[in-house]
Amino acid sequence: MSEEVEVQEIESTPRSPAELMTIVEALVFVADEPVNSRVLADVLDEDRGAIEAAMEELAKEYEAREGGLQIRSIAGGWQIATRTELHEEVRKFLKTRPSAKLSLASLETLAVIAYKQPVTVPEILEIRGVQSATSIKTLLDKRLIVAKGRKEAVGRPMMYGTSKDFLIQFGLRDLSELPSIEDFEDLVQ
Amino acid sequence: MSEELEQYNFDFHRETAEIVRDGSEELKIKIGEFAGPLDLLLFLIKQEQANIFDIPIAKITQKYLEYIQIMKQLDIAVAADFLVMAATLIEIKSKMLLPRDPKAIGEEEEFEDPRQELVDRLMEYEKFKSAAGMLYERSTIEQAIFTRGPIESDDNNAEVDASVFDLLTVFQKIAARHVDEIKMEIEREEISLADMIKSLKARIFELGEVNLLEFFEEMRSKRELVTAFVAVLEIVRTETVKLLQKTTFGDIILRKAA
Repeated sequence: MSEEVEVQEIESTPRSPAELMTIVEALVFVADEPVNSRVLADVLDEDRGAIEAAMEELAKEYEAREGGLQIRSIAGGWQIATRTELHEEVRKFLKTRPSAKLSLASLETLAVIAYKQPVTVPEILEIRGVQSATSIKTLLDKRLIVAKGRKEAVGRPMMYGTSKDFLIQFGLRDLSELPSIEDFEDLVQ
Repeated sequence: MSEELEQYNFDFHRETAEIVRDGSEELKIKIGEFAGPLDLLLFLIKQEQANIFDIPIAKITQKYLEYIQIMKQLDIAVAADFLVMAATLIEIKSKMLLPRDPKAIGEEEEFEDPRQELVDRLMEYEKFKSAAGMLYERSTIEQAIFTRGPIESDDNNAEVDASVFDLLTVFQKIAARHVDEIKMEIEREEISLADMIKSLKARIFELGEVNLLEFFEEMRSKRELVTAFVAVLEIVRTETVKLLQKTTFGDIILRKAA
């Protein structure tokens, strides 16, 4: 009995920062979507701060190595991905072409939703000055936006907001990483 | 008609007016890339190099209407929103032509420019237009970044629909195996396609599913195998059965659809 306790104690010896970096690197590599540090902390029974520190250190290491991969903080998690500069070679190897771009109308609608969420269709119409039904359908189909319940107003219109896929596809850590909409005002004038 | 349209020349802002042929059958007409009436209006204001705070409303209204006219000539259904904006512009224009109330003259602060509301909307809209441009750039950068492909494990490898080509592969596999077998000349009754369909159907409905590899293995001659293959195709076409393949290159199963 006492031996068992001892064994457990050995197992729970705090991992060194270097060890932790090795482990989180492996876990982030096998994950098929950005992994939150809280998930890693739970699995490894470690402090979330320690995980974050390990990931940041790892990201620096990758950066310093100037290899083909990078570690990114995206959509509230960590991810291992290829470097932007290598896109031509990667694309050639994967035999893929850049996927179809969103139309100008869809991008505008998405911008309004991203900044004004949760927002209703009539509110989008007011800003864009044009019906956005088709764009909203496209954005829903591409899972860039999601319904966020109904507004307590006449007709109880549906409200929309951006999704996690939006963060991933636009390379954002979270919504606060979007530049402030007021910053665009300077460009306008 | 499409030939005619392709040669259509626009009198103004040719740089954004273009007709795009999309594929060989569908002709898509894109006049600039206007996302809406506010977008068009902003374009016209910039083209006239006008000050957004002091829009030459008569001139802009005229240009705007000309533009809508072109859209109509090209048989483009002019969206209602574009017409609403045209009405708004005309309303502002007429308000500006009206002499101001003599009593109000001198009380400059109380005079509201009829254009003010439109200017506010344009300014607000332009911010989101810029934001849309920012999103466009971000997505372009993101498209240059790749994560590793999914690892094929039993967990994420759900049952996939097998195609006719997968079916053909299975057939070829078995046909090849038959070649190696010792041929014995034995007179036997050949089973007809109708009988084959009947017996396969009975088996599917009795057992719920039939492993095609096993089914084909049972066939005693190439002729029978071909008959069996045709029977499978026929059943898939006419009956409510599904072809399933659990793993890549795995056995194909013929299952009664729910």
